[in-house]
Amino acid sequence: MYDVTIIGGGIIGTAIARELMRYDVRAVLVEKEVEVGFGTSKSNSGIIHGGHHSEPGTIKAKYEWPGNQMWDRLAAELGFAFKRIGELTLAFSEEEVDKLLAMKEQGEALGVPGLEIWDRDRILREEPNVSPSVVAGLYAPTTGVINPYEACFAFAGNARKNGLELALGRPVSAIERIPGGFLVIAGGEPIPTRFIVNAAGLFADEVARMAGDDTFRITGRKGEEYLLDKRLQGFVQRLLFPLPTPESKGILVIPTYDGTLMVGPTAHATEDKTDVATSWAGSDEVFSFVKRVVPGISERDCIAQFAGVRAVADGNDFIIGPSHVEGLINVAGIQSPGLTAAPAIAVDVVRMLSDLGLELAEKHDFDPTYKAPVRFNMLPREEQRRLVARDPSYGKIVCRCEYVTEGEIRDAIRAGARTLDGIKFRTRAGMGRCQGGFCSWRSMQLLSEELGISMTEVTKKGGNSWLVCEFEEVGS
Amino acid sequence: MTTATMPVLKHEAYDVVIVGGGPAGLAAALGAREGGAERILVVDREPEAGGILWQCIHAGFGLHHFKEELTGPEYATRFLRMVEEAGIEIATNSYVLDIAPDRTVTIMSGEGGLREVPAKAVVLAMGARERTRGAIRTAGTRPAGVFTAGLAQKFTNMLGYLPGKRVVILGSGDIGLIMARRLTLEGAEVLGVFEIMPYANGLNRNIVQCLHDFDIPLHLSTTVAEIHGRERVEAVTVAPVDENLRPILDKGWRIECDTLLLAIGLIPENELSQRLNLRLDPVTGGPVVNSAMETSVDGIFACGNVVHIHDLVDFVTQEALLAGRCAGEFARGQRRPKDNIKLVPGRNVRYTVPHSISSEREHTIYMRVREPMERCVLRLGEVYQKRLRYVVPGEMVTLKVKPEFLENFHGDSLLVEVVERGDA
Repeated sequence: MYDVTIIGGGIIGTAIARELMRYDVRAVLVEKEVEVGFGTSKSNSGIIHGGHHSEPGTIKAKYEWPGNQMWDRLAAELGFAFKRIGELTLAFSEEEVDKLLAMKEQGEALGVPGLEIWDRDRILREEPNVSPSVVAGLYAPTTGVINPYEACFAFAGNARKNGLELALGRPVSAIERIPGGFLVIAGGEPIPTRFIVNAAGLFADEVARMAGDDTFRITGRKGEEYLLDKRLQGFVQRLLFPLPTPESKGILVIPTYDGTLMVGPTAHATEDKTDVATSWAGSDEVFSFVKRVVPGISERDCIAQFAGVRAVADGNDFIIGPSHVEGLINVAGIQSPGLTAAPAIAVDVVRMLSDLGLELAEKHDFDPTYKAPVRFNMLPREEQRRLVARDPSYGKIVCRCEYVTEGEIRDAIRAGARTLDGIKFRTRAGMGRCQGGFCSWRSMQLLSEELGISMTEVTKKGGNSWLVCEFEEVGS
Repeated sequence: MTTATMPVLKHEAYDVVIVGGGPAGLAAALGAREGGAERILVVDREPEAGGILWQCIHAGFGLHHFKEELTGPEYATRFLRMVEEAGIEIATNSYVLDIAPDRTVTIMSGEGGLREVPAKAVVLAMGARERTRGAIRTAGTRPAGVFTAGLAQKFTNMLGYLPGKRVVILGSGDIGLIMARRLTLEGAEVLGVFEIMPYANGLNRNIVQCLHDFDIPLHLSTTVAEIHGRERVEAVTVAPVDENLRPILDKGWRIECDTLLLAIGLIPENELSQRLNLRLDPVTGGPVVNSAMETSVDGIFACGNVVHIHDLVDFVTQEALLAGRCAGEFARGQRRPKDNIKLVPGRNVRYTVPHSISSEREHTIYMRVREPMERCVLRLGEVYQKRLRYVVPGEMVTLKVKPEFLENFHGDSLLVEVVERGDA
């Protein structure tokens, strides 16, 4: 019998898993997709919020600022990219300036340091591509960017190193009560467990109901994002926010960690929680808004677009805590600032498990580190030279847009990538301007070679996402 | 596949280093030899030079250059043989990471390691890449089964797999047309080619031979408005477009399919050019070049699709021979007199290559028109005009300019335009 089964391998599930594996427990993480981070987390904007956005007294506020402060150490231990690039919330009228002041006070009350009101001149000096119609801005130095999927891979990778079992591609279909715990049916296989941590994101309400908890509903709120060509690298240095609305933090200009600008997201309720289609209306909404903030950005610069669906609970706040069903902890409705809050939530959920009676003996050989994957393109020339001399597979470029080498792709597969998207999100191969036009066949060959599967078995993201078929399968 | 070669370069330094061993790079190498260069190196990323020609197994290459109809691999083989006979060195499985302004080329080649090679002249011949879905912001999901036509061609002709069974093609570029026929011949169902513009983008002969001959419908002024399917493509919605080329969604219809191929154009591959801070032409997306095919940086030449997108490989060859010859001369210390006439695109001319000419020499000017026109005149300022039966954006227009045209011309720029006859 497992001590703990975590259902859901997004940022919340993997962060909890990593925290839990500090202790001597038998735990398994169950995920319906074939790789971790492939649900909502993959489409997250990747912002570690400054800490000043959440209204004091909310559960969001309880975890946002503490979570924010944990990312430097996590990034250092787990080798993923994180940079505090700062944020500007922009006001375009005097009325909005009052709201900026209120936001500054709110942040200060929460203990967020360094908040400053910048006047128009300062903004235009620091961010010359912002529209000159800007009136003032609230600067927060604490805001940062990560690649959310990288954090998922690193959390899961580290947790696995410390004994976590991963059950991927195993959707949970039923949960039964057994003496001393539950039987979780995942991908047809029963998993006996004392405790369940429900981190099932959009489907957390369904999972809770399977366990006998019918106290909340999760609805979807879709966000579309548009990635821009590298030509615009450096065009905007800091995250640019409008003033928030109750539904969202608004449409942002996001300088991602890798230097690509991203604009979005929209925020619209969606009936179908699995609806990740982008739309013409969404594209118009994003670009018409962004052009008012940064007039030099245009839809012509778009290289890719995607959508994700946020998990929204009734009441719009997080739901975190033990259920009335004994042994079940719900971590649900984790919308923004959920990524920021994830590490703080993880620590608290582990404490809750202990409160419920799970013995937490520290693991004497816990290894807090995870080796950062090699990023050839980021290395100085001399290091590149040494690396290629040691292993020539790093001397073979596969993705020519992002300069990703064969060695890095092989590393990614050995670290758990099972699909083309898995390689893409681990290495950036296929993420550049040609969007895989040149390299995806080679990545497919490497998957086929490393995993011992045929090309026709290689998928984009698991399930029925096949890429090529045999000549014989076609026609008469 | 991963043949472990050990590409050891023969020399420490070269007269001319050519980046890319496709049709442009191979012809540039021969040109460099003609221009008098001795140590010539072609750097190519693939296990064998020849570029995209290897996957173009259809015929139609060489009609101008060789006066006979060859397949892509035949065309490549002829050039590889000539390059070999000329004793020109090719480094395969090799990748140019960087070119310094002093023309030191950083080359990485797997087992061969990473090294800096000084060159007296460099020719950029990196070719082009295909435009993707992001560039046209097609709405919908992101399932497997959306491929650029060139990638589908690679799967089919090089790797021995098909990209799908029921195929819709967006864009009437030549690769899309060729793939429509190719996949039909292999038993896949090609349900239609959709073109957002009111005219086809590929060569007329490809419309006839690849679509009409196989009863594949071509829908003009229509685009793929939305992609459906979670894991694999399940359907697309196609719709006619309005005058701003936006799909009219309520006039759209759904086509069940498992594959969408994109043949929506090529973009010059200019990562290296950007790193070199070359002056680029925003219309072509490639470097601005003078009549010697030299870019804005001394001793850096460019040719082929990296400069502008060609319709026929024969023209790439022609242009690359010139670029190579000029690079070879440059390497020997010969300097051509500077161009004295700037070419300015006028009515119905998107761009010209080269961007300037000299009144002392003969030139071939390549250009693309903005829109189709029949019974028209190509005018070179007031000095020369030529009647054309028709022009279409899918076919390059070429013009030979002889010094005698310019004998009595004393200006410093010439307007190049295509106008209807009698509309001068």
